[in-house]
Amino acid sequence: MNGILYGRDMVKSYGRTVALRGVTLEVGQGEIVAVTGPSGCGKSTLLLCLAGILRLDAGEVGYCGERIDNWSETARAKLRRGAFGVLFQFGQLVAELSAAENIALPLLLSGVRRRAARTAAMTWLDRLGIPHLADTRPGEMSGGEQQRTALARALVAEPRVLFADEPTGALDSLAGEQVLGELVRVAREQQTTVVLVTHDARVAGYADREVALRDGVLDPSGLGLTGPGVTGAGLDGTAGGAAGGAGAGVAG
Amino acid sequence: MSFLILGLLCAGPRHGYDLKRAHDQRLPQAKPAAFGQVYATLGRLERDGLVAATGHDRAGGPDRTAYSITDRGRQALDAWLDTVEPPAPHVTSALLTKVTVALLAAGEQRARRYLAAQRQAHTARLREYTRLKTRPGIAFADLIAADYAIAHLDADLRWLHTTLDRVAALRQEVTG
Repeated sequence: MNGILYGRDMVKSYGRTVALRGVTLEVGQGEIVAVTGPSGCGKSTLLLCLAGILRLDAGEVGYCGERIDNWSETARAKLRRGAFGVLFQFGQLVAELSAAENIALPLLLSGVRRRAARTAAMTWLDRLGIPHLADTRPGEMSGGEQQRTALARALVAEPRVLFADEPTGALDSLAGEQVLGELVRVAREQQTTVVLVTHDARVAGYADREVALRDGVLDPSGLGLTGPGVTGAGLDGTAGGAAGGAGAGVAG
Repeated sequence: MSFLILGLLCAGPRHGYDLKRAHDQRLPQAKPAAFGQVYATLGRLERDGLVAATGHDRAGGPDRTAYSITDRGRQALDAWLDTVEPPAPHVTSALLTKVTVALLAAGEQRARRYLAAQRQAHTARLREYTRLKTRPGIAFADLIAADYAIAHLDADLRWLHTTLDRVAALRQEVTG
């Protein structure tokens, strides 16, 4: 596989519940891919496995041509502080720290000096249009401001891949749009690859490509259809392309 | 078109040509206004006393008449803005008709295939509008027009999903 990131035949269960039943997909450099599907379809699990936060039961995950799912926890954590950025729906910011301190945190954890980390944080506050929030704590911000701060924190180490799980799910419609607009703008400027998990077609509209999941397998129709003439009809005319196959037949 | 012209004239007198251009700019997703249609509308508005010809400009070209909105025109515009539009019934949509006919006449698989293809088309269009609205420096009118289109496409997509779930539930009921 030639993309910056791939997952091959990924299988993951939680006890008896199977979340991924053999999913294969590849994401290109600088590509923004939306992973969509109803709740419980396995899309968040897919993101957590690709980001190296969860370990697979079977299959593999690779980054820049190298298999990473068998790396140690320490090595994967290091990857997440550098090459990978992660943005969740809410609750990532440390309540006791200001916006600038929150944003600087990943750099400080990677050994960057305090002053340089602060400068980088200020640059990102500027880029996301919230320089006035530098010394404000999360509790005093609106939801949209908190999510912009979390976005800045996910991007401060200039990751090559950003994983975003329902990044605007907790925001009202306009605030959500603004955060998404910023996310996409910055990702395009930085050529950052984005894996964007969402159940919302309007959010998926920001992506270059959509990969739909249903019951733990890829669903090319996006509608849970498996009948004749439906399977393989790839979304966006990418049949057999980077989206890969449904990986049927893998342990479930 | 009448009320858009009255709205445009609130900012000051304008020629028919300006009004046509402004119409096309304000409603970029709509069909461009035909000159004939603009002048015919102005003629009707003038006849009804809602606009008045206020100046002629012959410099270097054909006669161009500038129109202004009258007090009566402002009252008519106010009344229009106060009138609630009847919510569209949407039950005459081609999409709904096709799905209903497909389910009735061609069977579930055929309907499902159609729904999958339709979803793909809707998704592609939704992405197009999203690209349009994230374009730097987009005009406000373009932005709200794109929002409008996206909201309607999203509603259709949600309906497509619900319909499939309903069809599956019905089949389960029938087959036990």
